[in-house]
Amino acid sequence: MYEHLETAAHPEPLKRVVIDPVTRVEGHGKVTLLLDEANHVKQARLHIVEFRGFERFIQGRPYWELPVLVQRLCGICPVSHHLAAAKAVDQIVGVDRLTPTAEKLRRLMHFGQTLQSHALHFFHLSTPDLLFGFEDAAAHRNIVSVLQEYPDTGLKGVKLRKYGQEVIRVVSGKRVHGSAAIPGGMNKALTGEDRDYLLKDIGDIIAWSQEVVELIRKLFLSNAEYHQHFGAFPSNFLSLIRDDGALEIYHGGLRARDSGGNTLFDHVDYRDYTQYLHEEVKSWSYMKFPYIVELGRENGWYRVGPLARLNNCGFISTPLAEAARQAFLEYGGGQPVQASLAFHWARMIELLHCAETIRDLLYDPDILGKDLVVKGERRPEGVGVIEAPRGTLFHHYQVDENDIVTQANLIVSTTNNNQAMNEAVRAVAARYLDGKELTEGLLNHLEVAIRAYDPCLSCATHALGKMPLELELVDAGGSLVDRLTRSGHGEIAR
Amino acid sequence: MGSPRILVFGYGNPSRGDDGLAPALLDLLDGNGCDCLTDFQLQVEHALDLKDRELVLFVDASVSCPTPFQLARLAPARDPSYTTHAVSPSAVLEVYRRLHGEQPPPCYLLSIRGDRFELGEGLSPAALVRLEQAQDLIARLLAEPCAAAWDEVTGETAVA
Repeated sequence: MYEHLETAAHPEPLKRVVIDPVTRVEGHGKVTLLLDEANHVKQARLHIVEFRGFERFIQGRPYWELPVLVQRLCGICPVSHHLAAAKAVDQIVGVDRLTPTAEKLRRLMHFGQTLQSHALHFFHLSTPDLLFGFEDAAAHRNIVSVLQEYPDTGLKGVKLRKYGQEVIRVVSGKRVHGSAAIPGGMNKALTGEDRDYLLKDIGDIIAWSQEVVELIRKLFLSNAEYHQHFGAFPSNFLSLIRDDGALEIYHGGLRARDSGGNTLFDHVDYRDYTQYLHEEVKSWSYMKFPYIVELGRENGWYRVGPLARLNNCGFISTPLAEAARQAFLEYGGGQPVQASLAFHWARMIELLHCAETIRDLLYDPDILGKDLVVKGERRPEGVGVIEAPRGTLFHHYQVDENDIVTQANLIVSTTNNNQAMNEAVRAVAARYLDGKELTEGLLNHLEVAIRAYDPCLSCATHALGKMPLELELVDAGGSLVDRLTRSGHGEIAR
Repeated sequence: MGSPRILVFGYGNPSRGDDGLAPALLDLLDGNGCDCLTDFQLQVEHALDLKDRELVLFVDASVSCPTPFQLARLAPARDPSYTTHAVSPSAVLEVYRRLHGEQPPPCYLLSIRGDRFELGEGLSPAALVRLEQAQDLIARLLAEPCAAAWDEVTGETAVA
C-alpha cells in the first residue's frame, strides 16, 4: 500500500531526518525519512542497525546447552527463547510428546512470561501515549506520570508484571537464567506450596486484567476513527493455531490468512516451515524480511503477534477472554482488524486469557505431578516454534554425531513483523507528517506506530549512558540544518 | 545466609561481554552478608524489591564511569528517558516513591567500568581485574552496613 515510500526514485536532493534510536522499544532501531523541499515524504524506513549474529552464537555448542544459552539472547523474552529451544531440542532427543505434567508446567511458565511481557508493554510503554496523547511533552509522556496521575492503573500494571515474573520464578526456580525446561521435559516439579502461593493472588490478577481490557477498549473506541486509520494497512497474518482452531500460544500448527480473512494455509506442521516461509535480505537493514513463498516477496509479507493471533483464531478457550474477543470481532465487522493500534487491544485480551489459563493450570491436578521427563531416540535435527509475546518465534537446529550444533536458524518475532513495521512507519509518515514542519510530537507518531508492534530489536545490553535519541535535519546539500537530542537521562537539547 | 535488610541487586547479561560484570560479582558474593538479586535489566516492578530494606546497592557495568568503578548515592529521579524496556536505578526509586508514598531506603549504584559488550563474549581481562577490586569494595561496604559509612566511600571511588 505504501511500497512507493520504501525507496525514493531520486534521493540525492532530498532532506534526511533520522530518529536514532527509536525509544521505548527494545534494542537499537533507527528511522530515516527523506523529504523534499516542501517536506513531502519521499522515503521512510525502519532500519535495524545492530547485527546480533544469534546463529553464530549458537553454532558449535552442544545441543543440550541451548535452552539455557538462548535465554541470554534477549533480556525481555528469555522464557520464549528458552521454550522454543527446548521444543527443538525435544525433537533432537526423539521426543514428540511430553508428559502431561511437563507440558503443563511449560505452559504455565509461558503464560506467566506472556502476562508479564504484555503488562510491561501496555502499562509502561504504551499507556503514556494512549493516556496523554502522542504529542504530549516528551518529559511527561512516561510511566512515572502514569503512576502520578493514574496511580491505581499504574500500581496494577506493576503488580501484574510482578505476578508474571513470580510465575516464572516459581516454575523455574530462578528469576533469570533458569533451567526449567530440559531435553524431553522439565527439571523440577511444582510443590503444593508453590501452587498455593500463586493461587493466592490469581483472583486479583484476573480482575485487573479484565479492567485493563475494558480500559483499552474504551480508549480505542473513544477515538475510533483516528485509531482505526493510524498506521493501518491491509496485510496477511501468521500464527500458531490449535487443532480445533482455538487461540494457541504454546504449541500448534501454522495458520496464515490474507487481509480478507481467507485461509492461505492451515494446520501446517511447523517443522516444514521452510517450504512455506522464506526470508529476503535488504541492503539497508540487518533484519531480514520474511514472506510467504506462495505469495512471493512483494505480496507475501505478513504480521504476527497479538493482532495476528486474534484475527486468525476461531475462538479463545477461556470465557472472559472469549467474551472480550467477541467485542473485538464486533468492532472488526466480520473482517480482520488492520489497525496497528488494535495490537494494544488484542494484547490485553491475550493478557486476560493468560491470567485465566494460569488459574486453570494451577487447579489442574497434573500440575503437581512428578513424571517430568520422556526419553527417545536421537535425531539430527529439531525445529521449535512458539508464539512469543511479540509473535511467532522459530528455532531450528542441526546437530552432528558429536552433539554439536552445526546449523542454526532463528526467525524471531520482530523479524516476522519487519515489513509490517516499515509499512506502519510509511503509513504514518504519509498521513501525518507529509508537508508538515516536523516536531518531536509528530516524530513520536512514528515511534507510536512502531511501539504498537512491541518490537524487540536487540539483546539485553543496556550499559549506562548508551541510549540517546538524536534527530537530524540535513538540507539538500548535506549541511546540518537542525538537530534535536535527548540524552540517556532524558534532557532534550537543540 | 544473607541479611534480607541489605539488598545487592546486580543487573546485566552474562553473554554480552563486560555486561556480565554485575551477575559475576553476585555469583562471588553468594548471599554473604546480604540478600542478592540479579536480572538482565531493571524494570518498574523491581521497586517492589526495595521494600523493607535498610540499604540497597545496585551494581551495573558502565561504559562511561571512571576506571575501575564508581560508587554513587542515588536519589529518586523523574527520569523521563525510559528509552527501552529497561529503566534507570533512579527511576526505579521514583517508582518506589510513587507506589509506596514514602522515600525509598538509602540506595547506591556501583558502576563498574566495562569495555567490550559483544554477544557471546565473556568478561574481558581488564574487567576481570576490576571484578576483584569491586569484590573488595563490597566486602568493605558490607563490613560496615550503614549509609553514613557508604557515603564516605562514595567520595573515594571516583579516583580509586
